[in-house]
Amino acid sequence: MERVLPVLNRGVWMSLALILPSAVLGLAGGILLGVARGFGPAWMRRIGDIYTAIFRGIPLIIQLFILYYALPKLGLYLDGFSAAVLGFILCSTAYHSEYVRGAVLSIKQGQFRAAQALGMSRLQLAWGILIPQALRRALPGCGNEIIYLIKYSSLAYLTTCVELTGEAKILASRTFRYTEIFMVAGLYYLCLTSLASLLLRKIEDRLRIPGFGRQG
Amino acid sequence: MSKTQETVLCLEGIRKDLGGRRILDQVSLSLCKGELKVLIGPSGAGKSTLLQCANCLVRPDQGEIFLDGVRLDQRSGLELRLFRQHVGMIFQDFNLFDHLTALGNVSIALEKVRGVSKAAARERGQAELARVGLGNLASLYPAELSGGQKQRVAIARALAMDPRVILLDEPTSALDPELVGEVLAVIRDLADGGMTMLMATHQMDFARALASEILFMENGRIIEQGAPETLLHPAAGTRTLDFCTRLSMELEGRKTDTQ
Repeated sequence: MERVLPVLNRGVWMSLALILPSAVLGLAGGILLGVARGFGPAWMRRIGDIYTAIFRGIPLIIQLFILYYALPKLGLYLDGFSAAVLGFILCSTAYHSEYVRGAVLSIKQGQFRAAQALGMSRLQLAWGILIPQALRRALPGCGNEIIYLIKYSSLAYLTTCVELTGEAKILASRTFRYTEIFMVAGLYYLCLTSLASLLLRKIEDRLRIPGFGRQG
Repeated sequence: MSKTQETVLCLEGIRKDLGGRRILDQVSLSLCKGELKVLIGPSGAGKSTLLQCANCLVRPDQGEIFLDGVRLDQRSGLELRLFRQHVGMIFQDFNLFDHLTALGNVSIALEKVRGVSKAAARERGQAELARVGLGNLASLYPAELSGGQKQRVAIARALAMDPRVILLDEPTSALDPELVGEVLAVIRDLADGGMTMLMATHQMDFARALASEILFMENGRIIEQGAPETLLHPAAGTRTLDFCTRLSMELEGRKTDTQ
């Protein structure tokens, strides 16, 4: 065990290095894309819909293979880590945007007219009225997506970026202690996802406003 | 009201078609400073569309809009936003911003649109809430307010922008009967204070008592207009009188139904 834990810990740090930027940038991208798809002009909606169709419709593992193995053929070289993070961001942007778009559509349209009647521009409206409300409504879904991200970050192993799953796999095949090592790796993931959902719940509570989401 | 007074808002030849139907047909009207004109008429007459055309929330197919004698270029986004800052709008269903407190609702446009500092905007917002009698509820969210309180917040929100004129689209129609009075009282105060207003309503007693002029709309046209005492004189024989009589008979009927 004293040989296993340091290796897995190293893997966890690598996993976190993958997850954190992917979660933050993926959410930011998802908000922009979701607002564009729910509120933007027709051409923006169309582009956003096509983007989502592609990145939600192709298995993530294929996307990672394209980024890592196919792009160099086009002269674009990404190392394993960058390819994985980029792939995660592109993919979770698509999923987040779907939650945000739904939230945007659920906002009462009259508020947009009221904002316009006060002389607000569309940008002021989006920033001041739309996003604060859409985010609160989309948060449960977006949190779910972040939990998924924690788990699918294990795919980075396939672009030669050795994180928790990768370390576990290598260690296990060297020591043949598959059961113990994968049990521990699984526990690590469980801890990460539990921590994340606790954190997300805290954020939901902080942002809670009467009339939005969970009551009481 | 003398004709020599300055005209604040003027609509000329407004036409609007929606879904192949003519909703507004060559509607013209003008509002002088301090006037309260009341739009009445059956539902579907075009009152709401007219009010929304008056600040281009719905763009007219044809017709001109003037504020203080200056023609509005309806295609210029910048001009539209400037124009709307001076034209307050009150909606039937309040349309408060759900994520903001009463105070936030009143001060957000000052901050975002006018660029007023946060502190100054909040101070002004607090003053406007006090003016509509809600000074003590500033920190509540729309979900925590009654319908009448929501509509009063909406009025304070419009007032904070120092509008030249306020358009009111059936401001009491979505309210429970016992809450109508508090909103009408606020509007009465505004009228007494010399605010220029154009209001669609079914509150005939209110119109009779306060309107400088009644505009009766039907099928997208203003077919009668005049002072309430002229149009509603028992011997006037106007469509307006006919409509109001039917309206009050219906109200009476409903009252006896519930008794």
